[in-house]
Amino acid sequence: MFVHGFGCGQDMWRHVAPAFEDDFRVVLFDLPGSGAAAPSTYDPVRHGSLEGYRDDVIALLDEVGLSSVVLVGHSVSAMIAVLVQIARPDLVERLVLVTPSARYLDDGSYVGGFSGSDIDELLDLMSRNHLGWQNPLAALVAGPDSPSVQDELERTFCRTRPEVAAEFAAVTFRGDNRADLPHVSVPTLVLQSREDSVAPMSAGLYVRDNVPDCELEVLETLGHCPQLTAPEETAKALRSFVGRARTERTA
Amino acid sequence: MTDRRGGGGRNVTQPPDVDVDLFEDAPCGYLLTDRTGLVTAANAEFLRLVGLDHDELVGRRTLASLLPVGARIYLETHLLPVIAYDGSVREVSLDLVRPDGVRVPVLLNAATIDRSAGSADLSLRAVFFETRDRHRYEQDLLAATAAAEQARLEATRLAQTLQQTLIPPAPPAIPHLSVAATYRPAGDGTTVGGDFYDFFEIDAASWMIVLGDVSGKGVEAAVVTSFVRYTVRALTVGLRDPAAILRSLDRALHAHETTRYCTLVLANLTRDDDGWTIRLSLAGHPPALLRDPDGRVVELGAFGSPVGLLDDPEFHTVEHRLGAETVTLYTDGVTEARYRRRLYGDLRLGDLLASLPPGPAEITEGIADAVLAYQHGDASDDIAIVSFGALP
Repeated sequence: MFVHGFGCGQDMWRHVAPAFEDDFRVVLFDLPGSGAAAPSTYDPVRHGSLEGYRDDVIALLDEVGLSSVVLVGHSVSAMIAVLVQIARPDLVERLVLVTPSARYLDDGSYVGGFSGSDIDELLDLMSRNHLGWQNPLAALVAGPDSPSVQDELERTFCRTRPEVAAEFAAVTFRGDNRADLPHVSVPTLVLQSREDSVAPMSAGLYVRDNVPDCELEVLETLGHCPQLTAPEETAKALRSFVGRARTERTA
Repeated sequence: MTDRRGGGGRNVTQPPDVDVDLFEDAPCGYLLTDRTGLVTAANAEFLRLVGLDHDELVGRRTLASLLPVGARIYLETHLLPVIAYDGSVREVSLDLVRPDGVRVPVLLNAATIDRSAGSADLSLRAVFFETRDRHRYEQDLLAATAAAEQARLEATRLAQTLQQTLIPPAPPAIPHLSVAATYRPAGDGTTVGGDFYDFFEIDAASWMIVLGDVSGKGVEAAVVTSFVRYTVRALTVGLRDPAAILRSLDRALHAHETTRYCTLVLANLTRDDDGWTIRLSLAGHPPALLRDPDGRVVELGAFGSPVGLLDDPEFHTVEHRLGAETVTLYTDGVTEARYRRRLYGDLRLGDLLASLPPGPAEITEGIADAVLAYQHGDASDDIAIVSFGALP
């Protein structure tokens, strides 16, 4: 199961997930409030903390009847994946955390890379730039079933509704999951970009050092989304990690 | 020139007969990055914008490193994924940061160099337009919008405060009379409605009860409500007959510069040794409802025109000797309450009144609760209800 991070929907995995479709059952979905998820699934109270998203992932796994999955979480969803594993160890066999950060804000000697004012600036930028976020009038005028609106909806993968985006950003960047890491009880892989201005190396190393059975692999790419900038390397690292899981299981 | 651009084998389009380099001399900042985000070429205008030398920038810095920290997250979590998906972004407003920390507001257009479908190559061409003046103008616009919003909030607060003063929190104690009143605002309570009520003493044995509804909502309705209420009080100094008061009020409201009108009911109660006499007049308002101890409900009042609306209005006073009945006055927010377009209506109100306990407080609360429940909590209009009955 691949879980996308803050900003965009399941299409973030489109260069990586297909590589696993032949020998895995691959589950992709949009978190409530993101991508093309039905607006009614987002609840400002439930999704006011990562635990709300955690419960959504658990409910989805229960509904499709999957257990012992390899749970791959990108960015903030790396921490959602951690919370899922801790709450329901029966559901998760391995964790892959892509560019994770257990806390984005600096705190004493901990370097998350951000200050509160940086997050305010992010929220300001999101409110200034809607990146063609669907004009609500268009749907009213044309009707929700018209081809042009359907086309818009298909293009919504990176167009989190503005009010949701602000709340999701607050939950993401003001969160602190450092205390959760030691409770992870399955083998875990951290995929870290060589240079990442959102989740710096210090954040990846912190996760590796605090999750009990954890290894870290550095992908030779820059940026926060190696599944976009280095999809082949990302798939290869993932393949090698889950391949080992299979060998261990048969042994 | 060629190696300064560092594009390595890139063809520069040269327009015929013009001695300019479309990249280097472009009147906008022009930047190329490779798939890892590293800058591979930048033109003169871009170097000027970011305040860097060619050698400090090209091959050494990423686009992200030229942005403020918050914008880096935005680039990584929004812009690059959209560019990877759509091939381009347009008109993105953000800041570049110079080495001395000075910010340069810019508009960014960016597109992937490899436009083939499904390509995972995020090498970019990006142009930047400095928007310092426009940015200042937008900031001014934003500030003006925020100020306007603040002013609107203050006006709403003022209107709400004004309306609070128009609705007595509880009716006064009137000897030998049991009185109750209820007011419920429309919606979430932030809209100022035009419903009001008032009770005042004329002399030791005579009281006036007023209940009304000014057309419309908002500040102007609240102003007219205030005008109506105090005009009625002032007119009572010289007049006792409710119909005569309504006639004078009608003229006063016509003289007022408002276009709003008002429906109301005036009830003059006079006490003698044996009990109360009601003289009641309606102005475009539903009649009062009399409920006797057996639960029978009858109307009291003769049709009258709304005040402030017609050139030739009519008002009539009816007189009634108050026995054991409870008298209820209400605004049309009660009977015109809707659920799925169906009105609450007179019949439902009559049935409800017959079934409620006879006490005024039970009646006003019972009606208000039933009407709100009928609308499933989503009240489209405010409601005001006054009930009274004789005490020994």
